[in-house]
Amino acid sequence: MSELGIVYALLGAAVAVFLAGTGSAIGVGIAGQAASGVVTEDPSKFAKVLIMQLLPGTQGIYGLLVGFITLSKVGLLGGSVADLDVKTGLLILAACLPIGIVGLLSAISQGKTAAAAIGIVAKKPDQFGKAMLFPAMVETYAILALLISILAVTAIQV
Amino acid sequence: MAKNQYTYAVARIRAMEVSLFSQAVIDQLLACKDEKQCLLLLQEKGWGNADTPLDAEAILSCEREKTWKEVKSLADDPSVFDVISYADLFQNLKAAIKQAASERAVSDIFIPDTQISGEEMLDIIKKKEFGRLPGFMAGIAREAYETLLHTQDGQLCDIMVDKAALEAIYEAGKRSGEEIIRDYAESTVAVADIKIAVRSQKTAKSLEFMKRAMAECDSVNINALMRAAQNGMDAIEEYLESTAYKGGAKALKESASAFECWCDNRIVETIRPQLYNPFTIGPVVAYVLARENEIKTVRIILTGKQNDLPVESIRERVREMYV
Repeated sequence: MSELGIVYALLGAAVAVFLAGTGSAIGVGIAGQAASGVVTEDPSKFAKVLIMQLLPGTQGIYGLLVGFITLSKVGLLGGSVADLDVKTGLLILAACLPIGIVGLLSAISQGKTAAAAIGIVAKKPDQFGKAMLFPAMVETYAILALLISILAVTAIQV
Repeated sequence: MAKNQYTYAVARIRAMEVSLFSQAVIDQLLACKDEKQCLLLLQEKGWGNADTPLDAEAILSCEREKTWKEVKSLADDPSVFDVISYADLFQNLKAAIKQAASERAVSDIFIPDTQISGEEMLDIIKKKEFGRLPGFMAGIAREAYETLLHTQDGQLCDIMVDKAALEAIYEAGKRSGEEIIRDYAESTVAVADIKIAVRSQKTAKSLEFMKRAMAECDSVNINALMRAAQNGMDAIEEYLESTAYKGGAKALKESASAFECWCDNRIVETIRPQLYNPFTIGPVVAYVLARENEIKTVRIILTGKQNDLPVESIRERVREMYV
């Protein structure tokens, strides 16, 4: 039974890293297509559009962070694996879900918003600051999910 | 696989839209004292290539070629531009039919860069191999050619081909599944029908003539429009007031050139929402139409300057810009 507990805990870490990372890959990909379109016509805007492209990449980092905390929590990084019961394992899995799911969806949405904002930079480079705010707003919800996942994982007694 | 959202293409188009002429540039062109000054300004704005001579037609053709070369590389499926390219294709068909029927060689009558080149079209008509034409052209090509041979009526041939062009554009719009293309096709056919009604009223054409020339569309009832055209210009204006094209009624009251201008501005109005659309083929199609409108406007200005028309007279004919 205790082996199933650690499996659930690892599944939680995997979900956080996999879903949030996938979302970021898609989001950065969408924004990257738009960035390439602008740079094809105007290479001088490379730096500005690159920053826009990177915005949806943060969810992947959040997922990695939660995955890292989870692995550390269950002792996989320290070498002494904790003896987890199924209930604790499931609790850790549930704690990882917010950043996994919200990370996936918010990164895709942020990628689309970043692509639209790259359109603003293409036409009005002086409005870069304002343009960056639109995709940055999506980040709020990824941060909220990250917060809940970290609080939940650290609060679970192992 | 997910549907192509044209993210790369739209972003590239956004960067290209920066070079589109604004009203301020049009005013600069209008302020030029003669055609040569206009051409120099155009060159300064990047129109033409390094080897393009300082000639209006050469510069305009070069810009048109550049636009099509750029946008064709952006679309997965070139058929999305059918609604725009059909007008040129059918124009070449008319030229080929007349050339073949008259057997008198006239140079430079074909529009370049069409799906079927003018020379090939002429060869098809001369050999009567209508099956080599696309399905939507084959029937009307045969009919128009035979009608011209039997009646020698060039205008009848023109209206037959023009109606077929409108029907093909409308059909391509419906088939595309893209809102912008559908709206453009709808506006194009409706505006063409209104133009036919206005011109028929002015030249006292018969109901039969209008029936042959007008194409069906959703936003205009062509039977009501034809009846209105027979009852006079006021009736046309009254009918337009009850449709989505009430701006046309106002323009008609103003002048003939204001009406012609409204017809093109209506298309620009249709595509303008694409300025704020970050995905889909819409902004790419809108860019092509905006460039066509821009080139047409520059042509009007250059023609006005060539003929020493007063600035106000040219300004009245200048189309609204997309950006």
